[in-house]
Amino acid sequence: MTDKLVHVENLSKTYTRGRQRVEVLHGINLDIEAGDFVALMGPSGSGKTTLLNLIGGLDAPSGGTITVGGVRIDQLPENALARWRSQQVGFVFQFYNLLSALSARANVELPLLLTRLTGAQRRQRADIALQLVGLSDRAVHKPAELSGGQQQRVAIARAIVSDPTLLVCDEPTGDLDRQSAAEVLALLQQLNRDHGKTIIMVTHDPKAAEFARRIVHLDKGTLVDVIERPAA
Amino acid sequence: MKYWRLIWAALLRHKARTLFTLLSVVAAFLLFGLLDSVRGAFAGAGSSVAGLNRLVTVSKISFTLQLPKSLLEPIRAVPGVADVTYANWFGGIYQDPKNFFPNEAVAANFLDAYPEWQMSAAEHAAFRSTRTGAVVGAALAQQFHWKLGDRIPLQGTIFPQKNGSNTWIFDLVGIFHIADPRQKAQEKLLLFNWDYFDEARAFGSGNVGWYVVRVADPSTADRVALAVDALSANSDHETKTQSEHAFQLAFVSQFGDIGLIVGAIMAAVFFTLVLLTGNTMAQAVRERIPELAILKTVGFTSGSVLGLVLAESILLLVLGGVAGVLLAAVVAKGLEATVGIILPPIVSSVAVWARSLGLMVLIGVVVGALPAYRGLRLRVVDALAGR
Repeated sequence: MTDKLVHVENLSKTYTRGRQRVEVLHGINLDIEAGDFVALMGPSGSGKTTLLNLIGGLDAPSGGTITVGGVRIDQLPENALARWRSQQVGFVFQFYNLLSALSARANVELPLLLTRLTGAQRRQRADIALQLVGLSDRAVHKPAELSGGQQQRVAIARAIVSDPTLLVCDEPTGDLDRQSAAEVLALLQQLNRDHGKTIIMVTHDPKAAEFARRIVHLDKGTLVDVIERPAA
Repeated sequence: MKYWRLIWAALLRHKARTLFTLLSVVAAFLLFGLLDSVRGAFAGAGSSVAGLNRLVTVSKISFTLQLPKSLLEPIRAVPGVADVTYANWFGGIYQDPKNFFPNEAVAANFLDAYPEWQMSAAEHAAFRSTRTGAVVGAALAQQFHWKLGDRIPLQGTIFPQKNGSNTWIFDLVGIFHIADPRQKAQEKLLLFNWDYFDEARAFGSGNVGWYVVRVADPSTADRVALAVDALSANSDHETKTQSEHAFQLAFVSQFGDIGLIVGAIMAAVFFTLVLLTGNTMAQAVRERIPELAILKTVGFTSGSVLGLVLAESILLLVLGGVAGVLLAAVVAKGLEATVGIILPPIVSSVAVWARSLGLMVLIGVVVGALPAYRGLRLRVVDALAGR
């Protein structure tokens, strides 16, 4: 792990809520190397989801720079940022955020709609991704017909189907029972170890954080601690 | 087309809501298809090529007023006139007032002016030679199961007989057919001999309802019309001579400004449709904000999301609209058979379809615009956080 994939420098983010200005992040400096598995932890309101959104290109910083894979994403205009996300980042959220009217396969295919792949190629890739998360037999099921753990695995398949460099996961086990959470975390760990995916995961759960190689602690918008974990 | 499944899935997300919205669109476009067909039928009344060489002469004051039969020969003598004939509205009822069909007393040569009404030479001859003879269109004969030789009694509503009876008996001697589908409605006419009518009626003898003037050359029609009207200028029976087309337009204008009426009704219908469908679309998009946020998250641009919402809205309108206009075409066929001779033929034409499709897309854009704009402006982080 020698290549810097993510370089965050002097990052700040301020929101305006009504007449109030809230500084959510200030002075964040963080480097994440390619192939790393980082857990972002901290109390509610510490800014960890905001930091994740900024690194994932879902939000724009108020100050500082974010460089991912050599691209200054804080300088990209909206449409270019959308294209960049579609090629470089996979997203996993706490509440899965699957499209309820689509089958598992169609949900996984979503990011591929933005590529030049044919329908058959999209379908093939989606099936491979579903196979990777152990849901080949659930391809035609709608989200409502799947358990929470299965839905989250479909979301992970969607996140990896376009083979992104970076996976950003916001509380991916927050809505799951312990067993499903363990399965999902094991899956993320497998993607990190076996497929070299760089993962940044926001979590409240210390047990979930144990799956990461590094734990970054935030408090009141400031990076307070980085703990290197011994290789598992 | 790769986004088709996304658009379709959005519509099927709430099947019941989509179904009811579709039904309202179907109803609106059924109404539009019918009313626009009716409007078009009235606007195009008499525009068939048949009859270009026919002029109709009526009283200048009102075509319900009669003209003296003595005008016949002077009109025939006008240069450019090939022939002239005449007729009178009778207004008889067959068995029941609900059985309304137009019936007219016509001169012996009246059918010569309408070569598009096809009848055998023997039937023509029988009509000329039978004092109580009558001819009917094939559609009317079929409606009442009449056949040649039948005796048809009509109750006069305007003209009683001199003997005080209101019952007029006619012998069916001919059944005519019309090939042109646009003229087919005229197959619901009953025509009978003028001479019988004029001799037997209690009043009005020697007067005719209108003249039909055949011109030798349609390009001289305007000049002939002026010459015919000049015959009775400054008399107590001044005439107005116009093309058959113009006459029919004047006739149908009795029903009022059809275009205005139809326009007003449709404006109300579509205003309601826009509110209803607009509300449905707004609700549908509001519920799907997290899903739209996910689309943006995985890389769909704001423009793509806007396009998807608009496409969904337009698809909803087109699906319902096409079904509605198809239904209108079926209903129009039925109406044509019912109201045929009274109203011009009602047909769902290419123009009706073109206008309908234009409206579907326009309304689709209008009702989808606000929700689509919401999708365009959507901030992913706010939407995912439920803000």
